[in-house]
Amino acid sequence: MSSQDILLEVKNLHTGFNIDGRVHHAVKDVSFSVKPKEVVCIVGESGCGKSVMSLSVMNLLPKHNGKIDKGEILFEGRDLAPLSEKEMNAIRGKDISMIFQEPMTALNPVLTIGYQLDEVLINHTTISKEEIRRKSVSLLKQVGISRADQIVNEYPHQLSGGMRQRVMIAIAIACQPKLLIADEPTTALDVTVQAQILELIGKIQEEVGMAVLLITHDLGVVAEMADRVVVMYAGQVVEETDVDRLFYEPKHPYTKALLHSIPKMDEKRDVLNTIEGIVPSLKNMPEKGCRFADRCPAAMDVCREVDPLLGETDKGHAVRCFLYEESFPQNSDKRAEVQ
Amino acid sequence: MLIYTLRRILTMIPILFLVSIVVFTLALAMPGDALSGQINPADSSPEYIEEMREELGLNDPVYVQYGRWISDIVQWDFGRSFTHRMDVTELIGTRLPNTILLSVMSLVITYILAFFMGRYAGRNPYTKGDYTIQGVNYLMLAIPSFVAALFAIFIFAFQLGWFPATGSVGSGLETGSLAYWGSKLYHTFLPALVLGMLVTASYTQFLRNDIIESAQKDYVRTARAKGTSENEIYNKHILRNSIIPIVTLFGFDIASIIGGAVIIETIFSYRGIGELLVSSISNRDSAVTMAIFLMLSIATLIGNLLADLLYGIIDPRIRVE
Ligand SMILES: Nc1ncnc2c1ncn2[C@@H]1O[C@H](COP(=O)(O)OP(=O)(O)O)[C@@H](O)[C@H]1O
Ligand code: SF4
Ligand SMILES: [Mg+2]
Repeated sequence: MSSQDILLEVKNLHTGFNIDGRVHHAVKDVSFSVKPKEVVCIVGESGCGKSVMSLSVMNLLPKHNGKIDKGEILFEGRDLAPLSEKEMNAIRGKDISMIFQEPMTALNPVLTIGYQLDEVLINHTTISKEEIRRKSVSLLKQVGISRADQIVNEYPHQLSGGMRQRVMIAIAIACQPKLLIADEPTTALDVTVQAQILELIGKIQEEVGMAVLLITHDLGVVAEMADRVVVMYAGQVVEETDVDRLFYEPKHPYTKALLHSIPKMDEKRDVLNTIEGIVPSLKNMPEKGCRFADRCPAAMDVCREVDPLLGETDKGHAVRCFLYEESFPQNSDKRAEVQ
Repeated sequence: MLIYTLRRILTMIPILFLVSIVVFTLALAMPGDALSGQINPADSSPEYIEEMREELGLNDPVYVQYGRWISDIVQWDFGRSFTHRMDVTELIGTRLPNTILLSVMSLVITYILAFFMGRYAGRNPYTKGDYTIQGVNYLMLAIPSFVAALFAIFIFAFQLGWFPATGSVGSGLETGSLAYWGSKLYHTFLPALVLGMLVTASYTQFLRNDIIESAQKDYVRTARAKGTSENEIYNKHILRNSIIPIVTLFGFDIASIIGGAVIIETIFSYRGIGELLVSSISNRDSAVTMAIFLMLSIATLIGNLLADLLYGIIDPRIRVE
């Protein structure tokens, strides 16, 4: 595919945290891409590096210990990784926006909703104050908030979690971004509200014509929203494909386990804890071999010795597992250009 | 808000009553009474003293004396100072403006210093500047105010000669003239600085820590994600949150500054209420002592009320309730 078809291309991203003087990689060699107007879901259990990956794209890593070590984040062909804070500020909120998991704490408690909405428009436009306020009110209406005229003068604590997430969405779409990154936007909400917010994101995505990078650990959300899916495990991409093949021809044992753990309709939604074992913490990452080996029912000797590579098995379907010969280093010439 | 304010003021009435009892009891417990300072026992006959006591009502039961004191106060009669030979209200009237000037100046200096030092240290934590500010803070917290006052006088008044060592205004100036007020401010600066030292240090420290903590908050990340500049983030998002607790402490400062003023005024021979209190206690001028005690307690109460009300005004989360 030509580079014009690609909006965001993450290439060999390594993001590390300095813990007790040593750098541990929470994101290790992650590559994927997002096309304009496409919805790409990143799935994986808690602790797989999804948030760290998305914060890396926005250059919002905690300054005191987090850092992009290696790799490129190409947005419309321009690498964001080396940009200064000032250069990033011109992009954040305008070309790329982000909403977060916790709507309860994401808004400033002592500033009005109106102020917090106006702010993004003030940052990126030159229109007058009155116009900005009018725009803010209409944005609130667009995300389904009635009484928008009053809400602009209210404070976050006066709104419910679902309402606050709607406000966050309004802020995110204010400047008609090309890419919206949503990091588990519904995880903290009630089930009924979750559905409404997802629906809203879907609707807005079409209205604004933006691409969405949706991070979730809920395969139900993936089925509903995604065009393409990137499965992450322990800081790495282990499988990448389109949504149909993910559900009907999953390849990686981890993906299969995730699919297996989706509860039947009448079961309680307690999704991912059903895979035995846990994601290794940064300090307990295996030195070599497949990072899933300890939990993998199909693990072989080679899995603990050699690092599997992400290899393309069919067109548009890549996997990192020694059950597929494309993952062996000696076949690395066949290794997919995962783009 | 109005109802809340009224309710708060109403609840002050029983507290005031308690305070008055405490002040009255303290005055009773102090050696001497309204009479002992005024006559010399050596050349008065015991009969005469007894007669005077009877006349002044000092032999009445305690509750009668208390009732008389309170009813006088309600009529704005605080009695007479025998050392200064004038009404207590008038006497306090001559001293109060100085203390108010000292307190206000001290608060202004405190807030300005704490704001700039705290903001700087909070924005640049673990840098040389931060460590310097923290060092100064620890000194200010550790050194007792009377020691600091003596040091300040020694260094800034005697060694450097920048400020006058004592007094509240220069002599020979026409009251109310520009030079008079200039001299007043000039005399007040050093004691005000020392007086506010403790509060300055604790606010600076508080602001610094709160800014560092707030910088990690989710809402700051949201602001960053909107493309808001670092300056705006600190000045609007973080400071707005960090200032709230400090403003609410304002009322408590009044209490602490009032307490501190007694010591500082005495050391600087600054002619305010605090200095008057100390001299009245040592002269057994009980009418003055009681009036000042009562006044300081009420000022403290008002300070606390102010703290609450300010909190309500400034924090939207409280405001609605
Ligand atoms: N600020 C941080 N400092 C140190 N380690 C972190 C930090 N943030 C995340 N991590 C670690 O990075 C790994 C990935 O975390 P995260 O991206 O939040 O996972 P996910 O979003 O997939 O649940 C986890 O092991 C987590 O403990
Ligand atoms: S590489 Fe080996 S251990 Fe890893 S997922 Fe594949 S089979 Fe399992
Ligand atoms: Mg996360």
